[in-house]
Amino acid sequence: MSDNPSKTATVPVLEARGIAKAFGPVEVLTDISLRVMPGEVHAIIGENGAGKSTLMKLMSGHLKPTRGTVAMDGEPVSFAGPVDAEHRGLVLVHQEILLAPDLTVAQNIFMGRELKRGLMVNDREMNRQSAEAVQSLGADIDPTTQISRLSIARRQLVQIARALQVPHRVVIFDEPTASLTPFETEALLKVIRDLRDRGVAILYISHRLPEVGAIADRITVLRDGKLIATREASELQPVDMARLMVGRDMSKLYPEREDTASHQNVLEVQNFHVPGYARDASFTLRKGEILGFAGLIGAGRTELLEGIVGLRTGHGEVKLNGNPVKFKTVRDSMAAGIVYLSEDRKGKGLLLAQDLRTNLTLATLEKFTRGPLIERKREDNSLDKAISDFDIRARRRDLLAGQLSGGNQQKLLLAKMMLLEPSIVIIDEPTRGIDIGTKEQIYKFISDLAKTGKSVIVISSEMQELIGICHRILVMRSSRIVGEVTGEAMTEDEIVVYATGVKINEAELYSAGNA
Amino acid sequence: MTDTKTITDTRGFGRKLADLDKTAVAPFLALAALFVLGALVNPNFLSIDNLLNVLTRSSFIAIIAIGATFVISAGGLDLSVGSMAALVAGIMILFLNSASIDGDVAMLATGIVVALGVGALAGLLNGAVITIGKIEPFIVTLGTMAIFRSVTVWLADGGSIAMKSIAMRNMFRPVYTGVFLGLPIPVWIIIAAGLLGAFILYKTSFGRHVIAVGSNEDVAKYSGIHVNRVRAMTYIIQGICVAIAVVVYVPRLGAATTTTGMLWELQAITAVVIGGTALRGGVGRIWGTICGAFMLEIVGNIMVLSNIVSEYLIGAVQGTIIIIAMLVQRTLQKKK
Repeated sequence: MSDNPSKTATVPVLEARGIAKAFGPVEVLTDISLRVMPGEVHAIIGENGAGKSTLMKLMSGHLKPTRGTVAMDGEPVSFAGPVDAEHRGLVLVHQEILLAPDLTVAQNIFMGRELKRGLMVNDREMNRQSAEAVQSLGADIDPTTQISRLSIARRQLVQIARALQVPHRVVIFDEPTASLTPFETEALLKVIRDLRDRGVAILYISHRLPEVGAIADRITVLRDGKLIATREASELQPVDMARLMVGRDMSKLYPEREDTASHQNVLEVQNFHVPGYARDASFTLRKGEILGFAGLIGAGRTELLEGIVGLRTGHGEVKLNGNPVKFKTVRDSMAAGIVYLSEDRKGKGLLLAQDLRTNLTLATLEKFTRGPLIERKREDNSLDKAISDFDIRARRRDLLAGQLSGGNQQKLLLAKMMLLEPSIVIIDEPTRGIDIGTKEQIYKFISDLAKTGKSVIVISSEMQELIGICHRILVMRSSRIVGEVTGEAMTEDEIVVYATGVKINEAELYSAGNA
Repeated sequence: MTDTKTITDTRGFGRKLADLDKTAVAPFLALAALFVLGALVNPNFLSIDNLLNVLTRSSFIAIIAIGATFVISAGGLDLSVGSMAALVAGIMILFLNSASIDGDVAMLATGIVVALGVGALAGLLNGAVITIGKIEPFIVTLGTMAIFRSVTVWLADGGSIAMKSIAMRNMFRPVYTGVFLGLPIPVWIIIAAGLLGAFILYKTSFGRHVIAVGSNEDVAKYSGIHVNRVRAMTYIIQGICVAIAVVVYVPRLGAATTTTGMLWELQAITAVVIGGTALRGGVGRIWGTICGAFMLEIVGNIMVLSNIVSEYLIGAVQGTIIIIAMLVQRTLQKKK
């Protein structure tokens, strides 16, 4: 990295000069100065709400600063909007997927700038170029596939391919790997390194600190809208980054592991099938146990457990405390004391346009009614209790769920499902899109659940998190449970072997030469 | 994004006023504006007689629109209400004419029950096809709209179905023309239906489920709500509301014709939308809906009283109102 010639350039291609942004009376970003050099990967890290996304929007023309200026090549610029910024070679890869689901990969990549032959669109050429673009990202996707048929990870790659179609000098990646597997991440990091070596400046936002350490040349840390530090990446270990982000020591992210798992089986699943997603799944869950489900995205973990609780059609033997059960709808499993918290908090967990109270009691309304009447007083009391028990931080009680941060939404969802007084809690991606401080709380909460004799199943794509909190981890690959790791064997390497079916040194080979 | 630790109490009146949802207040402001306009156009507009008359005539649409508020706030749509009203009226009158039960009172009472039953069944048909068949409500109710209308025309043999018994007509007429404690009976029925509707929508868990389903079907499903059952139920409520409207309508003319209920679906949906209920679901406003129904009738009344615009253009004016209402709703939402 150090012998990169363009790093010696002295004029930053993109620069923030003391920019600040206020929404109404609230200043969310204060006096940020930042220089991005051609040929460098500059990472921006910070907790949720630290102002990363706002900063990116200011620098890419999506928002206008309240104070200060943005400069390109040393000259102050004022972008008329994102399109103007794009014309100047500044591209933002969004975190959310913004693609038309019914159109093909190629149609999406070229949307708004279709290649034409005479009056007609030139599909053949667009397909060819799209295939190339996607291949350069290390993926093999047929350009004529409909977006709706692709996994989230692949959609993300298509989105990146689309962004890179524009001539670019600065590319801003906003959490690009949030939904990618280790392989896809590695492939993307390679693309980013290639871009950097071609002299493109990269701004890279991510929560995944090890990944930031691997890709970044320089790192800027934001906290509470202020710039805390800009350092050479070589000077910072992930632990240091976390400390700077949170402002305190983060070495104890995971609670002390206690051997709370008993020998009593509470849930036994035999040969469970979910058509198209899971085959022959058999496993047991013990009282007081935290059981992890690892695997790549699309391995069928979510679908298997949704099948078991009655959210999708599936069949197989399920025994609860030794008694055979069959959950036809999710209401049945809820009544039996099993709750499932979806990975898709915004789409399946909470009503974003409704207030906290409505969300909290939605699954347990019958507990808050007398006759046909909902007793609002009791709902309010329950909300008070949830706010204090789960440390839900809301400016006001009458906020809408959609106005909470990701971490607080997760706490609200937990509170909502815990009202069902479950004995088995299934949490899908418990900390996705959640800041480190809240992660710690959620881990503590999960561990406390196990201590009180409840059983927990955690589905996660963050292997470190599973290793940090689980007693035992099952690994799924292509619809099957392919392995189980416990105790000393709970390492990332071991999990990756099962999850990918590839020995780890082969995986290293795959990514060799990039670092 | 930025949450602070303080949780302030929000029950103060000043704050409540500041927070007041503009979409909730807008219909009542518009109604007030119409009153001013009406008074300017013709002093007779504000006479008690005229106003009670307007209220009475708005009753069919107001009652149907209360049902439509349930359907729409659950994210559905029912285009069949006009035809359904004609069908229910037709069947009710045919039953009354059959004189199958001794005594006019018993006959009338049973006729009302028959009407409610037919309405509920017609709603169930809509709801069942939409939920079990997983077909867009727009398409299903477009289909049943044609079916109900056509069956009515067939029952009426292309003409009209009239109540034969003069005695029964006279007995039934007060339901539309009668006055109780100074208010016409139909107005009482609007108030009763509105109270009941508001109670169900705002105070019961079923009402909460309706809003949840309209707000996000997946979240409702993952929260253990029987989405299909809730959705079908809203169509049944709609059917029952149509039947109640018919019970008020039949005594007015004593007949159902092939044009009974023509364009009522347009008026009912307009009343719901100008009342502040979101067409995409998740927000339901019963009193706004009733206010919307009044506004539609008042607009018509002002047109009749003023001679500025031909009353033949009333449909055009109502059509314009729904479009303007959507624009206003959208603008208010953007500002939030």
